[in-house]
Amino acid sequence: MAMAATIAKRAGRRFLSSLPALFGVVVFTFLLMRVLPGDPAIFFASGPNAGQAEIDEIRRQMGLDKPIPEQLIYYLRDITTGNLGRSMTTGQTVVKDLVTRLPASLELTFVALMLALSTALPLGIMAALRPNSAVDHVVRFLCTLGVCVPTFVSGLLFIYGFYYLLGLAPDPTGRIDIFASQPPTVTGFMLVDSLIARDSEAFVAVASQLVLPACTMALFVLAPLARMTRASMLAVLTSDFVRTGEALGLSRLRVILVYALRNALLPVITIMGIVFSTMLGANVLVEKVFSWPGVASYALDALLASDYAPVQGFVLLMATIFVMVNLTVDVLYGIADPRVTIE
Amino acid sequence: MSTATLRHVGFILRGNPVTLVAGCGALFLVLVAIFGPSLVPFDPTTSNVPRALQPPSATHWFGTDQLGRDVFSRVVVATRLDLLIAASAVSLSFVLGAVIGAFSGYSGGTLDRWVGRFVDVLMAFPLFVLAMAMVAALGNRVENIIYATAIINLPFYIRFARAEVNVRRSAGWVEAARASGNSHARVVLLYLLPNVLPAMAVQISLNLGWAILNAAGLSFLGLGVRPPTPEWGILVAEGARFITTGKWWLVMFPGMALMFAVLCFNLLGDGLRDILDPRMRT
Repeated sequence: MAMAATIAKRAGRRFLSSLPALFGVVVFTFLLMRVLPGDPAIFFASGPNAGQAEIDEIRRQMGLDKPIPEQLIYYLRDITTGNLGRSMTTGQTVVKDLVTRLPASLELTFVALMLALSTALPLGIMAALRPNSAVDHVVRFLCTLGVCVPTFVSGLLFIYGFYYLLGLAPDPTGRIDIFASQPPTVTGFMLVDSLIARDSEAFVAVASQLVLPACTMALFVLAPLARMTRASMLAVLTSDFVRTGEALGLSRLRVILVYALRNALLPVITIMGIVFSTMLGANVLVEKVFSWPGVASYALDALLASDYAPVQGFVLLMATIFVMVNLTVDVLYGIADPRVTIE
Repeated sequence: MSTATLRHVGFILRGNPVTLVAGCGALFLVLVAIFGPSLVPFDPTTSNVPRALQPPSATHWFGTDQLGRDVFSRVVVATRLDLLIAASAVSLSFVLGAVIGAFSGYSGGTLDRWVGRFVDVLMAFPLFVLAMAMVAALGNRVENIIYATAIINLPFYIRFARAEVNVRRSAGWVEAARASGNSHARVVLLYLLPNVLPAMAVQISLNLGWAILNAAGLSFLGLGVRPPTPEWGILVAEGARFITTGKWWLVMFPGMALMFAVLCFNLLGDGLRDILDPRMRT
């Protein structure tokens, strides 16, 4: 109970300390988007032939004739009331668009993260158990190569290999084959939704669509995770408590997986923030390659159409998610290592 | 360089031939960037539609694209632009980051707090998304890719320079420089910065690889460099349309060029760090 209270207190304090950064993010996004080329009032006007009077009227309605600081206050007010504007390309409010598309992006990112972790940890451990062996060299080679392959290249080569040559993967567009029946939307996560609907056919269809983009993303973040696991595992394996555990006659597996791994995971948790930042960026490229209907491809389409409200909403959303992820990482770290205190 | 240093470099390279190979690779890329455009067999932008989408052959080593342009020539010519973008972005953020970080670490106080906050805000964005938003905001031009890539690199250099200057600011030789009548700006620029730069320079090679990836990613998305300008990211993006019909060479060769460049700069960076900063060796 005391532990839960400590964690809650810690999370609360950490959240308060991340508020200034979040505010900075909002202001920065606002300033950035005010520099965007193109006058939003002209977009909102009835058509290309709209008169100057009409444009001025819309500008007044949107508050664009006010000084910048005043506009910022309006903007902050809009954000707190959940009004991020309207997308010119879809005709919906940006919030609605983002909410319907976010699960697609999150599903992809989480599956990729799970995939990366479940590959990187064993690889890192194996490499650390036998430093300078063949396994170690293979892992190092994979890691060095992994960070060098741009996600958009590896994604396209996966498509070539698994879709065109081998015919194993489905047509690389979207989250589910257009001919398959889509499970009813409950959570928006199609894997979960198809499980809820007990529709194994849909589950397989969704999963097979998800494999290639998830692998592409996982490959890109495999390297930092595996490298960090190897380094911290190496350090932990030489420590006193591991020797004591072995001296007490515990099985090697138990010493490694229970005692050593638990301590070796701490540095891995710390780099999770950076890994997640990389993944949110890679997400944009992967969604483009696989025509994935997530928030990133939505923002990208809007960006190329000079539709600025969705881009602004997207950047804000990404930054907020990232701040939240860092918060979670910090709290997790506190649970994993109770000695850590926040400044 | 003294003979001792040379001997040390030779010693490191003998034990680590990978660095030597990576260095040669990087040198090769620079040479390609300089001389490539005048050596290529075909004009990279002249289309020749009857010979469109041909697989690699003796005439067209890397095949031809949908307009019959020679992919080999386009990949070679693109080297200059890609390296130029990455190098300008990294040097811009290096110079700016070193100066801002050094003054911030030297002064402490209000300036330091504001710089710290600025860096925190930058770091609160997923960096690639930030770069995207900046290119969008500043306009779809090559120089804006450079600025965007420079700004997302900036936090690392600022933090590094700040930390390094901060530990040296009350060292004896800094006090001496101040006591003999140098202004604060002179102390920072002429005494502290030269002391910090070598350690920072090691980061350059590592960052070059990252900058190449970022810039290519941006132009893959259609931001910044525009077709028909040959650039690796755009070449991949153009080839992406034909991958589901099996035209692998359009993606493979520019992709390989990207990988080769990033690999060389990353390995070279690791090697340089071993030579210049042996403490960091892992």
